[in-house]
Amino acid sequence: MKIAIPVDEKSLKSSVCSSFGRAPYFLFYNTVTKKDYFLDNRAVVSQGGAGIRASQVIADHGVKALLTPQCGENAGKVLSKAEVLVYKSIPGTAQQNIDEFEADRLILLNEFHSGFHSHEK
Amino acid sequence: MKNSGTKIAVLSGKGGTGKTLVSVNLASVAEKSIYIDCDVEEPNGHLFFKPKVVCEEDVIVKIPSVNESLCSGCRKCVEFCKYNALAFIKNKPFVFEEICHSCGGCALLCPEKAISEKEKSIGKVQKGISLNVTVNTGILNMGEASGIPIIKKLLNESISKEGLPIFIDCPPGSACIVMESIKDTDYCILVAEPTLFGVHNLNMVYELVRLFDKSYGVVLNKCLDGENPAEKFCKENNIPIIGRIMFDNKLGFLNSDAKIAVRESEKFKQLFSSLLETVMKEVQHETVVNS
Repeated sequence: MKIAIPVDEKSLKSSVCSSFGRAPYFLFYNTVTKKDYFLDNRAVVSQGGAGIRASQVIADHGVKALLTPQCGENAGKVLSKAEVLVYKSIPGTAQQNIDEFEADRLILLNEFHSGFHSHEK
Repeated sequence: MKNSGTKIAVLSGKGGTGKTLVSVNLASVAEKSIYIDCDVEEPNGHLFFKPKVVCEEDVIVKIPSVNESLCSGCRKCVEFCKYNALAFIKNKPFVFEEICHSCGGCALLCPEKAISEKEKSIGKVQKGISLNVTVNTGILNMGEASGIPIIKKLLNESISKEGLPIFIDCPPGSACIVMESIKDTDYCILVAEPTLFGVHNLNMVYELVRLFDKSYGVVLNKCLDGENPAEKFCKENNIPIIGRIMFDNKLGFLNSDAKIAVRESEKFKQLFSSLLETVMKEVQHETVVNS
């Protein structure tokens, strides 16, 4: 099963990024093969809809579970259509979150915020 | 009179500096005028004018409508959309209507002609009368991406056949919605507060009006005795100061009661009359210089 985590650096020791849509990188991790890889998040520079674009990437990579501290409504809609489960990450490193996920200790995220849309002001 | 049809925009870098105060009172003190509230996200000029509404019209934009059976899944639309209003999930395209900026690009690009455009109302424009002022208000529905189509409609339809002066109450800030509001104006009034934060906000709109090559002048609002950082900024940059409004409890009370100061008090009538005179002189001067 493939999982994804928004991260601040390209390392398993990286902290989980506080933003999903505008995280600099995504970590992908396969819980069966234990293999991981990182991807630059192109949505970072989006004028808007970063969460939607980031979710598209997550879905395209065949991810089944996303581990994130928070997630916006629109991203939530895309992820739900793509049948990606969204879990609430814990403070700590990406590796710690993978461990927690594999030990079945993470809970599903139940609040999807209405976004921090950069206003045209 | 040479003032015919002059368009004057009132702007500031943030909300609450006094754009509505200045534009509503200038419009009211003019013999006859048109007031346009372009602050479509939170229009408040009508609270002062309490206009008798004579007509109201929906503002329609076009948004994509996808025929899934024609979609080949090429994702050209998804890749193209700058605002990420389209996603492609489980072999189906998916539109986020509130995020769409109605550029029409996706429908143009789609090689299968799977995307057509449908109409959607994003708000309305309202026209009303308040004594000597025709009040035009734009109202954007909550959650919509952009008020620009509303501003376009407001400004297109408010061209005065009688050549009346037009006062445009702009949205706060200096982003595209403000650019749209000042684009065709003859003169810009920048309202500034006497604080360091006020200077920062003034600088934003100062840069904007210079970029658009507009004639402009500053009204210093809420002035107190002592140093005024906004005034200092104007002097350092040779920005013309066309008026000063002193901090005044009475004005504050009138404003918070949604009263129009010039319609209530001779003192404020004089203050804004003289400001209007200055503005009109500046505009005339610019017209002469540029002609």
